[in-house]
Amino acid sequence: MKIANKVKGLPPSGIRKFFDLASSIPDVISLGVGEPDFVTPWRVREASIYALERGYTTYTSNWGLLELRELISKYMFDATGVDYSPKNETLVTTGVSEGIDLAVRAIVDPGDEVLVVEPSYVSYRPCVIMAGGTPVSVSASVDNDFKVTREDLEAKITDRTTAVIMNYPNNPTGAIMPRKDLEEIADLAVERDLMIISDEVYEKMTYEGKHASIASFNGMRDNTIALNGFSKAFAMTGWRLGYACGNAEVIEAMMKVHQYTMLCAPITAQMAAIEALKNGQDDMRQMIDEYNRRRRVIVKGFNDLGLSCFEPKGAFYAFPSVKSTGLTDEQFSERLLYEKHVIAVPGSVFGESGVGHLRCSYATSMEQIKEALGRIADLLQEIQKEQAPKIRTKS
Amino acid sequence: MREVLELLEKDARLTPKEIAEQTGMDEAEVANFVAAMEARGVIKRYKAIVDWDKFGDEAVYAIIEVSVSLDRGVGYDSIAERISKFPEVVNCMLVSGDHDLNLLIKGKTMKELAFFVAEKIAPLQQVQHTATHFMLRAYKTEGEIMFDREEDKRLVVHP
Repeated sequence: MKIANKVKGLPPSGIRKFFDLASSIPDVISLGVGEPDFVTPWRVREASIYALERGYTTYTSNWGLLELRELISKYMFDATGVDYSPKNETLVTTGVSEGIDLAVRAIVDPGDEVLVVEPSYVSYRPCVIMAGGTPVSVSASVDNDFKVTREDLEAKITDRTTAVIMNYPNNPTGAIMPRKDLEEIADLAVERDLMIISDEVYEKMTYEGKHASIASFNGMRDNTIALNGFSKAFAMTGWRLGYACGNAEVIEAMMKVHQYTMLCAPITAQMAAIEALKNGQDDMRQMIDEYNRRRRVIVKGFNDLGLSCFEPKGAFYAFPSVKSTGLTDEQFSERLLYEKHVIAVPGSVFGESGVGHLRCSYATSMEQIKEALGRIADLLQEIQKEQAPKIRTKS
Repeated sequence: MREVLELLEKDARLTPKEIAEQTGMDEAEVANFVAAMEARGVIKRYKAIVDWDKFGDEAVYAIIEVSVSLDRGVGYDSIAERISKFPEVVNCMLVSGDHDLNLLIKGKTMKELAFFVAEKIAPLQQVQHTATHFMLRAYKTEGEIMFDREEDKRLVVHP
């Protein structure tokens, strides 16, 4: 059977590959899940059920329901201070995943280079490749709290560079980009006329001040495609609903691709999202407060165990280093899974700069987090015992 | 500080150390605050929410609507206080609408509760009328839903 070369060349998701066997292990605790452990707030589910009862089962406008786009536009203004027209600057997508694909396909020609800030979520590079572009890795370093700098980007820019994909608050590190750090990136994007594809799906999950969107800087509104969605903030991963905001010309181009591939996002999810934006803020706040409490516990837990963990100020991931154990992240992760039945994703699957780290999601109950920390402590002790004799013979 | 109370309201067994770790406060600060809240009566008491049905206990509950006529010098508060002192009374509140006091009472048998109303509540001088509604089944009690928890349906890793 013939499979297109472009697709054959795509690597399988590193996360998937590593844990094919994980689901068969009993009493496993997963810190590997990139989705909230909360079920969608009941009022949101109920609104969708009611919509079904009233017969909302049709297509919507390719753009999405106007009422929803108006609410999104207002939400984005409150969240980022940037004003997007609900008419032609706001597009409802089936998750941010589709938004990334649309953004890349709307602006990338074959041969174009797209900078991907790493460590990063695993879908950006494949999306660029499928659009015929060339992804170019840019490593954000742990020494700079995983914030990308102007110099990091400049070192990789060529005359073929058209865009940068970045994701703050970041999966997998939990890093955020404060305004002062974003400013130099914004300046560079304006100078070099680069489009910034900004995946801001964790925008509501910041634990020290409000999220700053790069679109809010001078001249950046038209140079940014802001992607956001309902999955994380409202615990709505399975509904597949996100949105893209930006300059009318680029959003209309994305709409064209969306129109011919997806047609529109599911109406049941759109009806649910209307309720989420209208009345779901309290539910969201409670979930975020709970993440923050778990964040404190897990970060302190890792640091107390000697696995140095920089303080994640956003999203719901901690990214401790396992370099002190003498094992690679993959080795550590494997032993943790098979010996202690705890899943944590090796940082190397998220790019070069993730090597030596583990991604640990704290979208898991407090009891599970504490139990997992206990099991990790056990593993560390065993590793230490194995290594102790070696060290002695050396000295 | 509000967060400390919210956490305790959800799980009264959290220790000051655990609360400190979760909120980023100092352990002593938490302990002092909780002690102060106990002293002020903001925290009244710590107790478990028990599903007696599940335990197999045949507890009987009833909601009693009480209509009251006030005498000079006797307000709702003093009648409510008298009624509240009976251990059978779980909740007692003044409500708007077609009756005045709304009680939740608890006993071992329907007969026991019926006699309690007939002997202790109805004869009170200010009580004009009572209506008794026996509870058949509790679905949500003090914020706790008595149905099974929705299980975690997530895949163990993603994507």
